[in-house]
Order: sequence, then structure tokens, then C-alpha cells
Amino acid sequence: MAVSSRRLQKELMDIKKEGTPVGIEVLKADDFSKWILSVEVLGDTIYKGEKFALMFRFDNQYPISAPAVQFVVDDKWSAPEHPHVYSNGHICASILGSEWSPVLSVVSVCVTIQSMLASCKKKERPPDNDRYVAHAPENPKKTRWDFHDDNV
Amino acid sequence: MSSDYEISDDENEYYEYDDDDEEMVDAEDGSASEIEVDGFGNDFKVGVRQERKIYEVDYSPLSQPEVERIMQADVDHISSIFGVEPPIAAILLRHMNWNKEKLIEKYMDNASAVAVAAGVELPPRELTPPPTKSTSSRGSTAGPLRTLRRLSADKGSSSKGKRVSPPAEEPFVCPICFDDSQTDFLSLLCDHKFCAGCWKEYITSKVRTEAECMITCMGEGCNIAAPDPFVEKALADDRETWSRYQELLVRQFVSCIPHLKFCPYPSCTYTVSCPAAATKSSLAQIVPIVTCGASGSHVFCFGCPIDADHRPVVCAVARMWLQKCEDDSETANWIKSNTKECSKCQSTIEKNGGCNHMTCKKCKYEFCWVCMGPWSEHGTSWYSCNRYDEKASIEARDAQTRSRASLERYLHYYNRWANHEQSAKLSMELYAKTEKKMEEMQITSELTWIQVQFMKKAVDVVHRCRMTLKWTYAMAYYLAPGNQKELFEDNQRDLERAVEELSELIEAPIDPETIMTLRQKVTDKTVYVQKRNEIMLEDTAKGYLEGRWQWNTTVEGFETE
Repeated sequence: MAVSSRRLQKELMDIKKEGTPVGIEVLKADDFSKWILSVEVLGDTIYKGEKFALMFRFDNQYPISAPAVQFVVDDKWSAPEHPHVYSNGHICASILGSEWSPVLSVVSVCVTIQSMLASCKKKERPPDNDRYVAHAPENPKKTRWDFHDDNV
Repeated sequence: MSSDYEISDDENEYYEYDDDDEEMVDAEDGSASEIEVDGFGNDFKVGVRQERKIYEVDYSPLSQPEVERIMQADVDHISSIFGVEPPIAAILLRHMNWNKEKLIEKYMDNASAVAVAAGVELPPRELTPPPTKSTSSRGSTAGPLRTLRRLSADKGSSSKGKRVSPPAEEPFVCPICFDDSQTDFLSLLCDHKFCAGCWKEYITSKVRTEAECMITCMGEGCNIAAPDPFVEKALADDRETWSRYQELLVRQFVSCIPHLKFCPYPSCTYTVSCPAAATKSSLAQIVPIVTCGASGSHVFCFGCPIDADHRPVVCAVARMWLQKCEDDSETANWIKSNTKECSKCQSTIEKNGGCNHMTCKKCKYEFCWVCMGPWSEHGTSWYSCNRYDEKASIEARDAQTRSRASLERYLHYYNRWANHEQSAKLSMELYAKTEKKMEEMQITSELTWIQVQFMKKAVDVVHRCRMTLKWTYAMAYYLAPGNQKELFEDNQRDLERAVEELSELIEAPIDPETIMTLRQKVTDKTVYVQKRNEIMLEDTAKGYLEGRWQWNTTVEGFETE
């Protein structure tokens, strides 16, 4: 069995056994290529009452290489308005690129994104949103991110 | 293409009489006298590097092992000063971009801070380093695997990647693959344990897909660096990735040192050291064309990204010209079509050889391909093909005429530039043709294989000189009008005329009766063309050193003048 499948199977088992952290739910995880999880920011934040869907796509290099992670944008879901999230759902976060570590998991990525949203004070799009969205590749992993700041 | 002017010329030995060329510069390549003396044996003599010509730069090619030795010397130096094992010293150096002085200064100031930032020491009072965001502070390991004699000393032992036996009670499972059949675990000094298989895959992916040689721990936010012995051990039997890793280390080193440059030719691993061209200001005085040592055809400029010999023009001007051509050439291409019409009978003519002397097949009219003027004006007294009449443009009054004049001026230089490039490209064809001719000569005359080499030599020289000529047009375009420019264009004209004459001789049909005369002529002309090329290159090089060249625009590095 490929490492990526075994690893994802293990992650899935852990989720079934221990459950997911508060505010995070598995929506779809029936194969080893694409998972969708929902993320809700709890407590008194600017995203109160909103729910977002995160899509994970894995290649067989996972977890050595990072999964492709983005917010689902369709009839049902939209991307949160956040200075690091583009309107097409792409996320500018260092842990999904150069800071990715094979020790991270699907759940830990969700938690990181959740806290990224929780700490945000002002709803706004990245300054280069329109330009980026117009030319963005379908897969966010193909974008060479230039991480703007590490504070949020 | 290569311009190995250093082919030895033992003038006194071979050069017996001078004909009428008293100022013969490069006698080696067969003055007429040689033919009688010893054939062309000495054409192929690869000379001991002669005294450097003024237009050449002093440099030395280095192979990868040679660069590795230089790296090793730095590593050993740091290792002995700081009292750390060489693999650790290597990480520290890489972390500081091989700036030894800065490393020593910072290390003496606060050794621990440097060691933590480089990833060779754990942050104080925390066994597990906190997730730091220091992407820049990655260190890894350099060069070939070196002796581990000192690895037993304290922190070295852990950096070597000790085997951690899983605790007996609860079998340790690799947190990456969760494969409980794994028994072989490795960790760096941070003690983050992962199975050997995951390490191997991780390092392979870093080296192969990211071309990254600064390998850090796989733990989240952990920036502890993997020393070379660890990397080698983790890669196990994958020698290919290991050697790729070593190449990346050399590349990282070379990119940090101003007087080193990696050969830009694909999959070449050579480096060139050229201290004379290490500073930006030096590039206003020299054109540092170098060859990497792996192959004579790996000619490139040390000072700029042009992978070719762009002498005699300096890097800044060459860049400006190429940029201009890129911007404007569509127009130029549109105006300058691939075919031209005979100016007498209007037959369409396609040029398929290197010589500019055209004879119309239909009406036998002889003209120059570049200026379309009658050839009779070129061969003998007056040759006006290489210079643009600036006076005509001064007379332009209204804006429209002026802009047309400026385009025309550009096209004048561009056409000549493109023409030489085109002719040089055709020289591959010419080589094939010449080779046939050489075979033919051996059959129709008594000449031996060695004795017909003069043809190949002539083709080489024509090719090389066309490259020089090509760039002289880029230079002339930017030269400010004045005496200096006129002298420059005089040299250019002389070289161009000589090249065209030689080019024509090469393409002449072979007649067994006159072959000896032809050989004599070609040989003489080859020598003369080389001499003109020398003069051209020497004079421009001298001009840079004397600050003689004035430009009609602002050129980087010449601002003060």
C-alpha cells in the first residue's frame, strides 16, 4: 500500500476514534485523493455563524509533499473574507507551502486555518485579489506564494 | 565560435619572412611561408597559454572536485577555529552564505545564537524547538562526505543521526507513514524520530524536486539541520541523489562567491573563477569572456547572462542592444525580409551562403547584399557599406522625418548585425560544403589531408570574425559621434572587407590548375583577417581601459564620464 494511502487511512481511523476538534467536521473522505472538511470559527469573532468548507487534494507523495488545500467556492460554499484568502478559495499560508512539515495532518491544517480566521480583526480580501484570481492556476500548489506576513 | 586566441604563435620559430605585413600580429596561423616549410602541422598545436591578450581576461576553470576542495578548505578552517566537527562547520558556513569573516565575527560575538539560527544547536532550555518561522535560517551540509573522526564529540554524535531503538514496551511508530513494520529510525539532535524510509523519501524529494540542499528536520517548525553524513546515510544506496545533493552544495557555494560563476550550459558541472570581473565596476573596463573547461564550446560571459562571446562590446551595452532588438525587431523583421530583389532586374533573390558579393543569376549584375549597391564600389577603392551617414539624419527637420531617421539608423545597424548572425548560422552548412571541397582537393591535387586543413581554418576564422563584427554593430549604434567612433568604424570596415573577401574565396569553385594559388590566397587572407580581428579587439579593449569610448546614451558603469 502506498505511503499516502496508509497515512490517510491512519488519519481517518484517528478521526473516527478520537473525533475532530470543535468546529471541524468531515464532510467527505471516501477516497484517498480528495477530502472535504467544514470549518467553523467558534467564539466571538468576525466570522461568527459562518461555516466554510476546506478541500484537500492529495498526491501519492503525501505527506512528504503538502496537500493542495483551498476553500470550496460553489453555489453552497464561499471563501471567508480574509486578507490571506483569495475569492477563488486559494489560501496564502506558509504551512501549505515552504513551511509544510510531513508531521502535519489534515486535522492540524484545519486547526491552523481555524485559528488564522479566529485571530483576524478585519474582513478584507488580499490587496492583489483581482489580479491573482484572474490568472491563478486551478491547483493552488502551482502558485509560487510569496508569504506576506506571518502574524495573522 | 570559441575565440581561443591563445593558440600559440611561436613567431620566431615558424615565421621566416614577413611578406609585406610588418605588423603581423598572429603569425602562427600559417603565413604564406609555412606552406613550404612544414605544411599545416602547427595549426593544430594547442599552445601553452601565451601571454594574455589585452582583450582577454584572466580566469581559471574549476571542476566540481576542485570547487569541493576549496569549500573543504573553508570548512576545515572554520572547523579548526571553532572546534566543531567539519559537517557542523559546513552548515554554519552555508548558513552565512560562505562569508567566513562575517561568520567568525558573529560566532565570536555570540556562538550560541549563530548555532541555533543555523540549526546546529537546540534553542536554549527547550528540548523541542518551538515552531519558529525562520525560513532563512536553514543550514545543511556541504561537500563530499568527510571524515567523522570528531563526530563522537558531544553534540556531534546526535547530528550524525543515531539509531534510536524503539522502547521495548510500546513499539514506536513513525508519525509520518504510520507503518508499524518499520524498525529503523533516525533523528537529528532534536530527537524527532522518523523511520528511515520517510527520511529517504523526504530528502530525495527536497533534493530532486525542490533542488534544495539545506535539509532540515521534518518536525513541524523544527529547523535543526541535517549534516552531510546524516544525509548520505539516509539516502542509503541512492548514490544518484547523493551526487545531485553534492552538486547542489557546490552550486550554493558558487552562487555565494562573487568571483565564481557556474557554467550556464545544460548539465555542465564546471565553475569558472574570474576575480578580475568580480565587481560591477570592472565590467566597464573588461569583457570577461570565459570557457568553462569541460568543453571548448562552453563559451559564456562572466559578467552577464549572455551565453556567447560578445566582444568587443561591454556587458551593459550588449544588454541594452539585445533588449532593443527584442523590442524593435518585429518592425525590423517586417522591413527586412528574407529575400531581396536584384536592384537591376528585380528578380527575387534568396541568400543561401555566407558571402555578401551577389551575382544575379539572371542579369549577372554584381552587387552587395547589405547595401544593394554595385559591388564594383566595394572591392576596390571605396567601401561605404559599414557606416551610417549621420549627416543625413541631422538634416531631418520635422518630427516625422526624425523618427523615420532614427528607425532607419537603428535598422542600419540591426541589418548588419542580423546579416552577420545569419551568415554565421549558415557556416554550419559551409562547414559541410568545405569538408566536401577538402576531399575533392585531396583527389584532384597532391595535397594531403593535413595540407587541406587551411580551408577549415579559414571557415573557422570567418565564423569567429563575423561574431566580432556582429557585436561591433551593437557597439557602433551606441557610440557617440566623433573621432573615436570614426576610428572604430575604420577598423570595423577593414575587418568587414577582409572577412567578405575571405568568405568569397572559400566559396570559390575548385580548379585543379589553380588550387595551389587558391591555397596561397586563402592562407594569406586568413592570416590577414585574423590580424584585423586582433586589431579590432585590441583597440576596443584598450579604449575601455583608457576610458576612450563615449556613448550617445547613459550606460551603466560609465555614468561618471
